[in-house]
Amino acid sequence: MPRKTTKKLIDKNGIRADGRKPEELRPTKIEAGVIRNADGSAYIEQGKNKILAGVYGPKEVHPKHLTLLDRALLRCRYHMAPFSVEERKSPAPSRREQELSKVITWAIEPSIFLEQFPRTSIDVFIEVLQANGGTRCAGITAASVALADAGIPMRDLVTACAAGKVEGHLVLDLMDVEDKMGEADLPLALMPNLNAITLLQMDGGLTTDEFERVINLALTGCKQIHTLQKEALKARYIAVKKAVEKQ
Amino acid sequence: MTQIIIPYITQKQIAESISNGKRLDGRGLTDYREIQVEAGIIESAEGSARVRLGKTEVLVGIKIEVGEPFSDIPNEGVLTVNAELVPLASPTFETGPPGQEAIELARVVDRGIRESKAIAVEKLCAIPGKKVFIIFIDIYVLNHDGNLIDASALAALAALLNTKMFKYQVKDGEIEMKPGYTQLPIRNHPIAVTLAKINEKLIVDPELGEEQVMDTRLTMAIENDGKICAMQKGGSGYFTTQQILEATRIAQEKSIELRKLMVKG
Repeated sequence: MPRKTTKKLIDKNGIRADGRKPEELRPTKIEAGVIRNADGSAYIEQGKNKILAGVYGPKEVHPKHLTLLDRALLRCRYHMAPFSVEERKSPAPSRREQELSKVITWAIEPSIFLEQFPRTSIDVFIEVLQANGGTRCAGITAASVALADAGIPMRDLVTACAAGKVEGHLVLDLMDVEDKMGEADLPLALMPNLNAITLLQMDGGLTTDEFERVINLALTGCKQIHTLQKEALKARYIAVKKAVEKQ
Repeated sequence: MTQIIIPYITQKQIAESISNGKRLDGRGLTDYREIQVEAGIIESAEGSARVRLGKTEVLVGIKIEVGEPFSDIPNEGVLTVNAELVPLASPTFETGPPGQEAIELARVVDRGIRESKAIAVEKLCAIPGKKVFIIFIDIYVLNHDGNLIDASALAALAALLNTKMFKYQVKDGEIEMKPGYTQLPIRNHPIAVTLAKINEKLIVDPELGEEQVMDTRLTMAIENDGKICAMQKGGSGYFTTQQILEATRIAQEKSIELRKLMVKG
C-alpha cells in the first residue's frame, strides 16, 4: 500500500532524493545467461528495478499465419509481475504493457539481421520483477544483452536510458517518484556504434533548448550503460569458455 | 501447451535406471535436488522468496491489500493464490491467461496453505463484515525443470515467513496506516512433497525428463505435526493402496527435512 512522502525531490544542493547528482545514473548491474531454458537471457538491476529478459528463437512461428517469408518475426513482450509495484498489478497485460511491448519491439528490431532467418520467430520476454521507474529502458537494455547471449547476429547492441526534468532541474535516469512528480520524462534507446536512436518517447513539457539538453543527457546515460552491457557479455563468454575447457 | 520432446532413448534410460534404483542425475529414489532459498529479494512486495530446486526456479511475491471479506466468513482475511507460467521460463510456456497447468499449480499450493491454517486469517480482519486484509500470493515460475509444485509451495512458505504486515488502527470506520510493521501471523508450515511413479517405483522430486516418463504423480501437503492436510493426484496413471501408503511415509519423512530449510532452529 502506498505511503505518501512530502519530501522534496531535489534539495538546495541539487542532490536527489536517493542521494544522486542530477546527471548521475542509478547503480546498475547487468548479468548475461541467467535462465537455463532460454536460448539467451539477461538480468538487470538499475537502482530498485529488477528485470529479467529471455530470448527464444529463431524458431518456428506460432501461430503459423504470422510467418514472414523474407525475414524473421520479432516479438517482444513486456510484462510486470503482480508484486513488482506498491499496489498489486493484475497479471493480465494492461494497455500500457501492450503499448510498451510494441515500442520495445520497434526499438530492438533494427538491431537484428532478421533477413537471415526467414519464416522463423524470435521471441523476447521481458519480465519486470520489481519496478521503480525506467523499466522500459532497463528492459530494452537487458533484452539486447539477452539477444546477444542467444548468439543472434546483430548490427549493434541497443541501449536505453531516460532523462527528464524534475523540479526545474534536468536529470538523468528518473526513478519512479521523479517520473510521477517531475515535469518531463524522455525515454530513449540507442544503437551506440551506429548512433541510431530507435526509441524516443516523451511526456511532460520541455522547451526546445531543454529538449536538446535532455536528449544529450539521455545519450550520455546510454553510453555508460553500453559499457556495462559489453562487460556483462564478456563475463558471460569467459564463463562459457572456461566451462568448455573444463570438459 | 506444447510438450517438451525427450528422446525415446532417454525416456527408456530414465525408466530402466529407476527400475534399478538409480536416477540419471545420480540421485537416490527419494532424494531431492539441491535446494536454495533466498527470502526478501523484492522490496516492492510485502514478502518474497526465490527457491531453486535443481534447475527449477520459482519466485513468490506477496502483496497485502484491504478489501471486503466473503459474506459467509465476515471475520476473516482472504487468501488468494495465483500462478503465472511466464513464457520466459520454458519454451513450452505461452503468453495469455493462466492455463490448466498454472491453475492446478496455484490451487494445489493454495490448498496446502489454506487447509493447514498456516495463516491466522481471523487476525486479518479490521472491521468485521466490511474491511479485511487480502493476502495475494503470486507464484512466478522463472525456469521450469520439473516439480513446480514443491518448489512453489516452498517459495510460498518462505515468502509468507518473510512477510511484513502493516500496523494500523480503525478510526471512524476507516483503516489508518501507522508507521512500522509486524510479522504476518503464521502458525503452521505446510510442506508439499511430490512423488512420481515410474515402472512401479516411487521417486521424490521428479525433474522435467522424469515428469515426461512418469505414469502418475501424487502431491501431499504435510503439517508441522506430520498430519497430511492436502493431496493431489496428477497424471492419468494409477497407484495401488500399498504405493499410496508408502508415498505417505516418504512424504512425511521428506517434509521434516524440507521444513528445516524453512524454519531455522
